[in-house]
Amino acid sequence: MSQVAKEPFVFAACVELRQALDQHAHDVRELVERLEAASDDSVFFHVHGYFLRHRPVTTAYGNDFARWIAVELADLALAERLAVVDPFKFESLAELREELVTIIRGQLRDAGPGRRVEFAHAFHFQQSRIVPVPLGPRATTLAEFRQGLAVADVSAIHHHMVEARARFGRRGGDFATWLRGALGLSALAEEIEHIDLYLTTPERVRGRLLGLVDHALETEEGGGSAGR
Amino acid sequence: MSAIDLYRAVAPPNAVDIILKLAERVQRRRFLHLTGGRLGGGPAEILRAAVPLLNELGVETNWEVTGGDGVYFAAVQALQAALQGAERVLTEERLEHYLALNQVTAKKLRLEADVVLAHDVQPASLVANRSDGRWVWRCHFDCSHPQHHAWSFFRRIGEQFDAAIFSLPAFAGRLAVPRYVIPPSIDALSEKNRDLGTHEVAAALQELRIERDKPLLVQVGPLTRDHDPLGAINVYRLVKRHHAVRLVLAGIGQDDHDGQEVLADVREAAQHDPDIVVLELPPEAQRQINALQRAATIVLQMSVREDFGLGAAEAMWKGKPVIGGASGGLSQLIIRDVTGYIVHSVEGAAFRARHLLNNPELIPRMGAAGREHVRRGFLLTRHLIDYLALMVHLGDEGSGAPVPVSAPRA
Repeated sequence: MSQVAKEPFVFAACVELRQALDQHAHDVRELVERLEAASDDSVFFHVHGYFLRHRPVTTAYGNDFARWIAVELADLALAERLAVVDPFKFESLAELREELVTIIRGQLRDAGPGRRVEFAHAFHFQQSRIVPVPLGPRATTLAEFRQGLAVADVSAIHHHMVEARARFGRRGGDFATWLRGALGLSALAEEIEHIDLYLTTPERVRGRLLGLVDHALETEEGGGSAGR
Repeated sequence: MSAIDLYRAVAPPNAVDIILKLAERVQRRRFLHLTGGRLGGGPAEILRAAVPLLNELGVETNWEVTGGDGVYFAAVQALQAALQGAERVLTEERLEHYLALNQVTAKKLRLEADVVLAHDVQPASLVANRSDGRWVWRCHFDCSHPQHHAWSFFRRIGEQFDAAIFSLPAFAGRLAVPRYVIPPSIDALSEKNRDLGTHEVAAALQELRIERDKPLLVQVGPLTRDHDPLGAINVYRLVKRHHAVRLVLAGIGQDDHDGQEVLADVREAAQHDPDIVVLELPPEAQRQINALQRAATIVLQMSVREDFGLGAAEAMWKGKPVIGGASGGLSQLIIRDVTGYIVHSVEGAAFRARHLLNNPELIPRMGAAGREHVRRGFLLTRHLIDYLALMVHLGDEGSGAPVPVSAPRA
């Protein structure tokens, strides 16, 4: 028999309210100087937020910094080095920022600041404020969770998997935390925690999640060994 | 079916549900828009669609306009142009007149609301008369490089607001208040953008006397130097050496000397080439513009200066690849090699047009990608989500509005 949670899971979409900052970079030297001083919110916006905004119709650069360096400065080597930084491997945004700064500083030391662009093509630092929208549906069982996951707004995947982990310090992400805590599905939770969020899209992550949940439902009808 | 539900057919999945959910959180809050007029395109075009929808959603939304005499309008026009970076003579007397007339207007208007959005320059100084609520300056133009004297005057107005909204981060002026980024949008259900049947398109083109025996290059926009219709003619001339095409330039001429000069040059070029069609359309010719964009093979947007460039979004919504200049918001709208091309010269635009005409299978592919790009980022539904989310966010921040300061002096 399926486990029923006392606390339901409510799928929440999110709206990203973007804010312009008074920090602009026209070349790599300015970029690294501004990045060193940038807030955690701004680092999150330009690195993790790329996951929400990126559509698979364009080339994937991994984050806004790499994209700008490739497209506007045409420094493909540096863009590649920044693109392979997996933001989900870092414990904090400060550590992530330090890694990005170290890579750019290394390039500056070896090759100088390179090309400089005019304001219209500059890198404009931003940050965002997230407004959660608890659209639902609500789930108290794994089967209901599966139904909700299938129809939830794509921004909900970002909110519960990325925002929760990287911005709000809920390290396991909301899905895994609830499945473990409310339904006792530790094995499934662990598998979800290991989903690679890097260089993919929220829709693909939804697909991976559904695959894992379906497997758990099939094997134990949602309440068996996956929870042990 | 309510009006907002009609947008389910065009908006991304869940967008209307997000709107409904956000609207629940700001039910019966008062939302006031202040503009310089109700007619024309730009902010007024969006508000004509958004205000009734917001009211239907339970957000008490009003729209007030400001006005004045000839000196007032001249001052507003000069101030806005100077904020956009153009050299203008701004006399203290005229600026005082602008402030004084807005003071008079303020006494006539009901300015009480939970959130007040003052659009662009004309109604901005009404902020000096704020009472309660949160006041936000909604700037639709690029004021990142204003004339110094204009900015030192306007900054004292701008900083009386609680926040500002710009269409792009690159457009944001330096203000010591939170500056949000909300791009403009198009209404997919308006007469200019709604789906048209093949017969409707054919009838509109017949009405406009445009033959469809050749691929059409179409540029829609004001016949001014900023939108470079002469550049579009030169693109056409280069393309014509290799492909039998027809160019349609559709827009509104300007009354000023510069505008008349451009129009004369455009007419002169068209006089000697029957495949250049120049259409001076009235603002209400929405269905004709819709049909023209739908009949286009490729849409050109050769602007050298744009506020945002929503004409490109309209064309992309109709499934057309767009070749555009690197100005305003075009670089946000056009995804290079995916929905069209950003070009830096007439030759570059001609090269891309030839490339598309030589590889016609790219045209519907780019068009479809463009439509999806607009669906996700540039439809009215996204704009409503942003406005409602901003209302929620400003409400959550608390209603402790800063103490109003006196009207700035030039």
